[in-house]
Amino acid sequence: MNKCTERIYNGIIKENPTFILMLGMCPTLAVTTSAINGLGMGLSTTVVLVMSNMLISLLRNIIPDKVRVPAFIVVVASFVTIVQFLVQGFIPSLYDSLGIYIPLIVVNCIILGRAESYASKNPVVPSIFDGIGMGLGFTVGLTCIGIVREILGAGQIFGAQVLPLAENGGLGYTPITIFVLAPGAFFVLACLVAIMNVVRAKAEKKGKPLPAAQGCLAGDCASCGQSGMCTGKRNTASEKKENA
Amino acid sequence: MSDMYNVSSSPHVRSKDTTDRIMLYVIIALLPASLFGIYNFGFHALLLIVITILSCVVSEWAFDKITKRKDTIRDLSAVVTGLLLALNLPPTLPWWMAIVGGVFAIVIVKCLFGGLGQNFMNPALGGRCFLLISFTGPMTSFANSKYYISQGMDAISSATPLAALKAGESVNTMDMLIGRIPGTIGETSVIAVLIGAIFLILMGVIDLKIPATYIITFIIFVLLFGGHGFDWSYVVAHLCGGGLMLGAFFMATDYVTSPITPLGKIIFGIVLGILTGIFRIFGASAEGVSYAIIFSNLLVPLIERVTIPKPFGKGGER
Repeated sequence: MNKCTERIYNGIIKENPTFILMLGMCPTLAVTTSAINGLGMGLSTTVVLVMSNMLISLLRNIIPDKVRVPAFIVVVASFVTIVQFLVQGFIPSLYDSLGIYIPLIVVNCIILGRAESYASKNPVVPSIFDGIGMGLGFTVGLTCIGIVREILGAGQIFGAQVLPLAENGGLGYTPITIFVLAPGAFFVLACLVAIMNVVRAKAEKKGKPLPAAQGCLAGDCASCGQSGMCTGKRNTASEKKENA
Repeated sequence: MSDMYNVSSSPHVRSKDTTDRIMLYVIIALLPASLFGIYNFGFHALLLIVITILSCVVSEWAFDKITKRKDTIRDLSAVVTGLLLALNLPPTLPWWMAIVGGVFAIVIVKCLFGGLGQNFMNPALGGRCFLLISFTGPMTSFANSKYYISQGMDAISSATPLAALKAGESVNTMDMLIGRIPGTIGETSVIAVLIGAIFLILMGVIDLKIPATYIITFIIFVLLFGGHGFDWSYVVAHLCGGGLMLGAFFMATDYVTSPITPLGKIIFGIVLGILTGIFRIFGASAEGVSYAIIFSNLLVPLIERVTIPKPFGKGGER
C-alpha cells in the first residue's frame, strides 16, 4: 500500500474522525437530522480540508512556529468563505438547512487537527490525500448518523419515503420524532460508536485486531477522548519522563 | 452455639429490608392508584399496565442475558419501573408505544448505565419523557373518565384540569380529589395516591423530607407567582392536578436518583418545587412534574457533594 492510499484508508477506517477520533462533534450532532444534510456537511468539510491541507503543506516552511495557529485559521477561513458562497450560489436548499454550520467549519477541530498534526509536517501530495481520507471518513460518519436518524425520525432516506406512514388510523410507521431532535443525535451517535467498539473487540478476540489509531493529535492524554483505548499512552508518558 | 458466644465482625444487626422487599412495598402502595385507573379508564388501561410491565421485565431479562450479567429481574425493580411508567401514560395510548417506552426506560436509562443503583435518572420518567417528545400527539390526548361518560358529557377527549386552569377556566376540586377527571392512568385520583403514600411512610420505605419540601415549596411558588394571589382553591387545584402527588411521593423519592444526605433531601425538594412551579406557570405546557424530576435527578451528585455531613469527632475549620 503506498502512502496515498494508506492515507485514505487511515482516514476512513483506522482514524475515522467521527467514530474513532471523536472530532468535530458539534456539526456531527447538529446537522445530521437527515442523510442529505450529513452528506452535504461532510462534503463541504472535505473540500475545505483538502484545500487547506494542500496550502498549509505548501506553506509549512514559511509559517513561523509561534504564529502557526492564527496562520492556519486564516487559510481555513478563506476556503470556508469560498465554499460558503459556492453552496449558497449553487445548492441554496442545502445552504438553508445547514445554516450557521457552514461558517462554523472554520473552527471544526478536524481541519485544525489535520493541519497541525499532518499537513504542517508532511509534503504536499500525502497531505492532500490525508485531507481526502479524513474528509471522506467524516462524510461517511455523518451520512450514517443522518440515515439512521432520518429512517427512525421520518421514515425516509434521502427524502424518499421508505416506510409508509400510518395515516388515518391505518397500518404504517409512526415517526419517532425525538430522533430528528437534538437528543436523538446523542442516542444514535452513542449506539453507532458502541457498535464500532463491539466490532473492534470481536476482531481483536479472533486475533485479527483492526489497526488502532496511532495519530496522537495533541499529545495530551488527559484531555484525549481516546486515552481509554490508546496503546501508545505509556510510551509517551515514559518518553516525557526521559525528556525531563 | 448460642448467640452469646458468637464472635464475629460487624455488622451485628441486620435490617430485614432487601431490595425486592422494598420494591414489593412500592408495588403494593401503587395498587390503589392502578386499580382506580383501571376502574376509571376501562380495559385498555389494564392492558397498558400489563404490557408496560411485561416489556420492562422482558427487556431487563434480555439485557442481562445478552450481556451475560447476573439475572436481576427478581429484585422486582423492573416491575416497579413498568408500573410507574404505565401509570404515567394516557389511557388511550397505542399499546406498542408503551412497549417502546418500557424498553427505552430499562435498556437505555437503567441497564446501559450499570443497572439498578447506577442509573442517573428515574427510568420510568426517562421513558415517559422519551415518549412525550417522540409521540407528542398520542401522549397528550386524554380520554375522559368513566364518570363523565356516564354523565353523558363529551365522551371522546377533553382538556386536563391543569390545561383548563392554564386557559383560565374554573375546575371542580372535588372531582380532582376523587379522580373523576381526564389524565394519565395513575395520576387522576389524589386519594388513591395518598393511600399508597401513607402506606409507604408507615412502612418506613420513604422519608417525608423530599415530598414535604417539594409540596411546600410548590405551594409557596404558586402563591407568589401564580397570579391569583391567596386564592386557595387555585392552589389546591394545582396540587391535585396532574402528576404532582404521584411524582412527589413515588418518583422523587426513588432511592437511586435522590440525595441520601438529610440536608440534600431538603435542597432536592426545594429545587423540585421551584422547577415544577416554573414549568407549570411560565412554561408552554400545562404539566411540568416529570421534567422537573428528571432535571433535578441530574443535580443529585452535585447536591450530595456539598451536603456531606461531618463525621463525629472531625475537627472544625480553623
